[in-house]
Order: sequence, then structure tokens, then C-alpha cells
Amino acid sequence: MRSNLSESSATIAGAPRSGPIQNRIFLSLPGIHCGNCISAVESSLARFPGVLSARVNLTLRRVAVDADSTVSSRDLVEELSGVGIEALELDADTINASDLDEVGRALLLRVGVAGFAALNVMLFSIGIWSGAENATRELLHWVSALVALPALAYAAQPFLLAAFRALIVGRLSMDVPISVAIILAAGMSLYEVSAGGRHAYFDAALALTFFLLAGRFLDHRARASARSAALELAALEAPRARRIKMGKTEILQVGGIYPGDRILVLAGERIPVDGRVVEGSSEIDRSHLTGENMPATAGTDSVVSAGELNLTGALTIEAAAIGESTRLRKLARAVEIAETARNKYSSYANRAAAFYVPAVHILAVLAFAGWYWSEGDLRLALNVAIAVLIITCPCALGLAVPAVSTVAGGRLFSRNILLKSETALERLALIDTVVFDKTGTLTSGKFKFSDDGSVSRRDFAIAASLCAISQHPLSVSLVKAARDSGIEAARIADARESPGNGIEGRWRDQRVRFGRAEWVGASPNSGNCAFLKIGRESPIKFAYAESVRNDARNSINGFKARGIEVRILSGDLEEAVARVADQLGISNWAARVSPEQKMSEIFELAARGKRVLMVGDGLNDTGALASAHVSAAPASALDAARVASDIVVLGTNLEALNQGHGIARSARKRILENFGIAAAYNAIAIPLAMLGFATPLAAAIAMSASSLTVTFNSLRVR
Amino acid sequence: MDIVLLLIAATVMVGIIWLAAFVWAVRNKQFSDPKGDSFRILGSDYDDSPKK
Repeated sequence: MRSNLSESSATIAGAPRSGPIQNRIFLSLPGIHCGNCISAVESSLARFPGVLSARVNLTLRRVAVDADSTVSSRDLVEELSGVGIEALELDADTINASDLDEVGRALLLRVGVAGFAALNVMLFSIGIWSGAENATRELLHWVSALVALPALAYAAQPFLLAAFRALIVGRLSMDVPISVAIILAAGMSLYEVSAGGRHAYFDAALALTFFLLAGRFLDHRARASARSAALELAALEAPRARRIKMGKTEILQVGGIYPGDRILVLAGERIPVDGRVVEGSSEIDRSHLTGENMPATAGTDSVVSAGELNLTGALTIEAAAIGESTRLRKLARAVEIAETARNKYSSYANRAAAFYVPAVHILAVLAFAGWYWSEGDLRLALNVAIAVLIITCPCALGLAVPAVSTVAGGRLFSRNILLKSETALERLALIDTVVFDKTGTLTSGKFKFSDDGSVSRRDFAIAASLCAISQHPLSVSLVKAARDSGIEAARIADARESPGNGIEGRWRDQRVRFGRAEWVGASPNSGNCAFLKIGRESPIKFAYAESVRNDARNSINGFKARGIEVRILSGDLEEAVARVADQLGISNWAARVSPEQKMSEIFELAARGKRVLMVGDGLNDTGALASAHVSAAPASALDAARVASDIVVLGTNLEALNQGHGIARSARKRILENFGIAAAYNAIAIPLAMLGFATPLAAAIAMSASSLTVTFNSLRVR
Repeated sequence: MDIVLLLIAATVMVGIIWLAAFVWAVRNKQFSDPKGDSFRILGSDYDDSPKK
């Protein structure tokens, strides 16, 4: 009866996993940041019919929704935008495949086990160090072994397996010496204990494992929330398209579209596939793909790319390329390749290890050979050799970099700078060139009507009143400018928007038009301007300027004062870039640069020995961001650009980058000092250990003393 | 000296209880969203049972 009961309860407990949940939806929520956002998202989703449960993860900025099969992720995105929260559809399959959460939890368990065992063994060791003799010492040693050996067998697995894998392919990695030290220390201690010896190093082996695991876990945690740039780019792509077939439109996944299919893109939607416009006219915002600030006009036969935003009118597109072959995907692949190339950067810690590891092993072998030759006692010689291995344990060396980067990371955070990559700090300290993107980085990405007095108040009022019906960026900014300078609205009748051209209406029985030069009959003019035509009067020019960020100039001057070269690489038109460069006093600029050219430009600078800090915000910058020595993006940047860069600047102040550079330089100095301290400590400890004076107590004291010195030195980062 | 045996047993027991609690917490995803949980504990939403 009992067994029946427990069986049936087991089935019930197991049921929800495989049972009624039809649909697991993941949404990315880039804007959420606080407790109110969590409850807003969860309560609005919970009210949605068909949703069983919704759980926000603020660390990963995403929500997991369990729903029945009637609910689609698109409904939920619309529901959330209704309460003012931006949500992006995520591909559940990709997320499951790249879920790092399992790895993180496994590491955390190992950290916990190693820490638990290290503390307990340390307690037993205190008894031994304070002079336990004979049977008591042996008992304490055996209990230590009982706790330490299983704990090591479990917790040290990541190092042992990685070392094994490296040895199979005939490589030497940092895991090899760590594993050698752990195995030798544990094995030798076990032998000593069984022979009733005085010295056992169980506590040292566990402390070493614990410190190194903790370092790995913190490193993993820091990077878990930053997913790969390629994954984000795929998420930006519109996953669904409206296909027109035999006069009917149907919504289907982009994967179901074939070249030659006709697709309808409404105003405000992203274009799902590369293609050619066959019907309709509109304006296309391609600033994220090309850096051009001014929306481009699209009419019949215009070529459009996936990821561009359709602004004003409906377009029918004939598909040319789908999914894998779109420009967006090609860019994503380029970013992936550039990222693997950058991962080859060898950090100070790695370079120090490359020197330290062989040195320590040679010294240990020398000590063994020397003692065996002079005393002829194998056990004594082994003991000394292991003492050398343990007393030079890479704890101080292992702390030299992480302690500094933790302190510096805190200081940077208080100045609104987030570091995403562990080596970003070191790389930032070494830069000698800064390359800025223009649109959205040096400028706010918004237009401002530059009122230089050439436009009369009457014309201003007419234009602003026409613009009131349009969502075009130029219109929106003109309406705002009119409101700010107290212009009263003019009476316009029959206003209507002509997609791709402008707005027209009637004012005092005259036809008025505001829009593109060609449309109102003005001479075509490059640059950011629009024209107003009243009846038969000659067209009046409205000039727009991009607003340069207030802090951009200070930031650039700060970099120049440190002797760092400043450049602009922009995809925008010459005129627009020249104006901004001139305002900021930058002589070295390039305009009309394609995303691929931006990347190759960065590679070329690197080939000339320059270390480049790339600052950018758009999709067209992602390649350059990923291939630069170090890269930064403002928080207002597109998600993909933020993911591709090492540093994210929160808020709108670019000057933070200068301060960040100062902190990075100071941090680099502390790291080098820490290596000096570790070397000085080893210079004293190694000879003592080789001469046979080292005891487990001396090793424990020296280990903590050197680690504390290194940590305190790290606190001096300013 | 028998008391030493007792103390050692007690130490190991306390350690194992702590370890079991820790393993339970990690398996239960208690550490999967530290940032969100720090807000949730201050929130006014009442949970009948923790949401999964």
C-alpha cells in the first residue's frame, strides 16, 4: 500500500513536465530594470487569456511564458507594448540550445562543495597546527582525508577533465599544472597519513580548488547575461512575413518564403527579406544598417534589405534572398568570425601563467632531484617537491588580476560604465586611437530644425501644421520646434501624407506642399533639408541639423589631451559628416563607409600596429565593434551593437569613456604591481621550501598573507 | 578524549546539513535571477506559492 501511494504521488509530481503545457514562449525585454517592471510584465501577461504562467528573469532581461497553443508570441509582444514595455520575440529553440544556466549551476555546486570541505578541513587543521600528537593527529588527518578526497574528486572535475582533454591532443593548458598540483598534493597527503607522517596538505589542495573555482564561477556569471552578438542579430530580424498569393495575404514564417514571392510590408514594420519593391512608395529608415540618418525614399524597383524599417506607406516586395543569404545574416556571420579572432587576445594572467608554470615545475623537479641525491630518501624528496608546488600555488598570482578588475569594475560602474568582457579593462588601458561612429554616437541621432531666421513665422506655422499629421522624423522634430518657439498653428484643410514624398494640404485656397525637393519643384539638394511650397511661390528651404551630443566635444578633447588619435567612420553622407567633424574639431574622418568597409578599416589600423577603441551604436557598426581592439556602445545603441561591444556606457555622457580610460590605466598599473608582489613573495618562499623548511602551517600563512597584500593593493585603483 | 570523536561527528553533521541545504537551493534555481529576486522581496505582489 505504501509503495503504491508513493508511486502515484511520483506520477503526479512528474506530470506537469510532460503534461498540459503546449507552448513555451521566450520574450526579450531590453528595457526592464526594476521591481515595478517585473510586476507590470507579469501581471499583464497573467491576465492574457491562455497564459498559464509568466516569470521574468531580470538578470537575463527576459520572460518565460507557459501558455496553451492558442497564444502566439506576437500577441504577447502587442499586449506588452500596450502597457509601454518593449518586447522582442526570441526563438525558443536557440535559447534552449545556448542555455548557459545549467553550466552556471553545476559550477556553483562545485564552488559550494569545495568551500564547505575547505572550511571543515581548515578547522581540523587548526587542531593539528596547535600541536596535536600521535593518535589525535592521525585521527584528525584521517577525518580530513575523509572530507577532502570525495570533495576534491567532485569539485576538481572541471580542471581534471580539461587537463585530460588538453593532454590527449598534446597541448599544455593552465589546467594541467593545476591538476598536477591537486592530484599530487592529495595523493601524497594520503600516503603520508597512512604512514603516520606529520604533514598533510589537504587544506591547501581544497583552498586552491575553491579559489580557482570561485574565479571561474564569477567569470561565468559575468558573461552569462551577455549573449552572443549573432544570436541577437537573428532576433532583430522580422521572423514573420505577409505573403500575397492569388490576391490573398497570409502570415507565415520567413523560412516559408521563396525568392520571387510577393510580400506586403505595412508602415511601421521591419522588412523581413532582401528584395525589390514592386508596388507602393514609402520612406525607409536604414540608419541601423548603414548609418544614414536621413530616411531614404523607396519606390518601384528600389532595393531593400532585411532589417530596414518601413516608415510611412505600405510596400509590396518581391523577395530576392531569404534567411541565411540576407545581408543581415552575412553581417552576423562576419561578427561571429571577428569575435573568435578577438578571443585570441592573451590576458596578463595567461601570459604570467605561461612563464610561471614551467618555472615552478622545473624548480619542483630540481628540489626533488637535489634532496634524493643528497639524502637518498625518496619520501622526503617527494615531500619537499610537493611543498614547493603548493607554496608557489598560483593564489596570489590568480588573485592579481581578478581583485583589480573587481575593484575597477565597481569604480567604473559608479561612473555608468559596464564592462562585459573580462579582458576589456586591460585592452582599454592600451588604446592609442579612438574611432567614433557619427549617427547616434556623436550625435543624438535626432534632427533639429536649425532656425537661422531665413524662414518667416508664417511659413514656419504652415509647415508645422502640415507636419502635425505625419510620423516622419523630420515632421516630428519640426512640430516640436514650432511648439518650443511658440508658433501658432495655421489653418490647413485636407492635409494628407504622400508616402515617400511629403505632406500636402490647402491653406487659404492655395495648395501647400511640404517635403522632398523634387516633389515640390525645388532644385534637388543634398543634405538634410525639406521644402515648403505655397501655391505658385518659389519653394522655401527648411534646413535640419543633427544635434551633436553636449559631452562629445569634452570627451574628444580629453582623449586628444592624452595623445590619443580621434577619427570618425560614418555611413552617412559627406556633407553631414563634415559638419559634425568640423564642429568637434576632428580632421580625420570618412563618410559613406559600408559596414564591411568599417571592419576592414579597423583591421587595417590594427595591421599598422594601432590599438583601436571603436565607439558605435548601429547594426552597421557591429562588425567594426567586434573586430576592434576594444569597443564601446552607448546604452541607447541597438541591442546587437551593445552585445558586440566590450563596454556599455549608460546614460548619455560620453565623457564617462575618458574617466573609464583613466581608471583602466590605473588598474593596469596595479595589476603589474600585484605581479611584482607575487614574484617577491615567491622569491622568499621558494628557497625556503626547497631547503625543506616549509610546513603546511607555513604554507597556509604565506598563502593568505600574500593574497591579502595583493587584495589591499588592488583597492588603490582610482 | 571521547569527546573529540563526538565533536568531529557533530562538525561533519552540521557541515552536511548545510551542504544539503545548499544543493537543494541550487537545484531549485534559487540563484538563477539574483537581480530580480532582490527586487521581488521588496515588492507588494503576494504569492500564494512561489511561481516557477
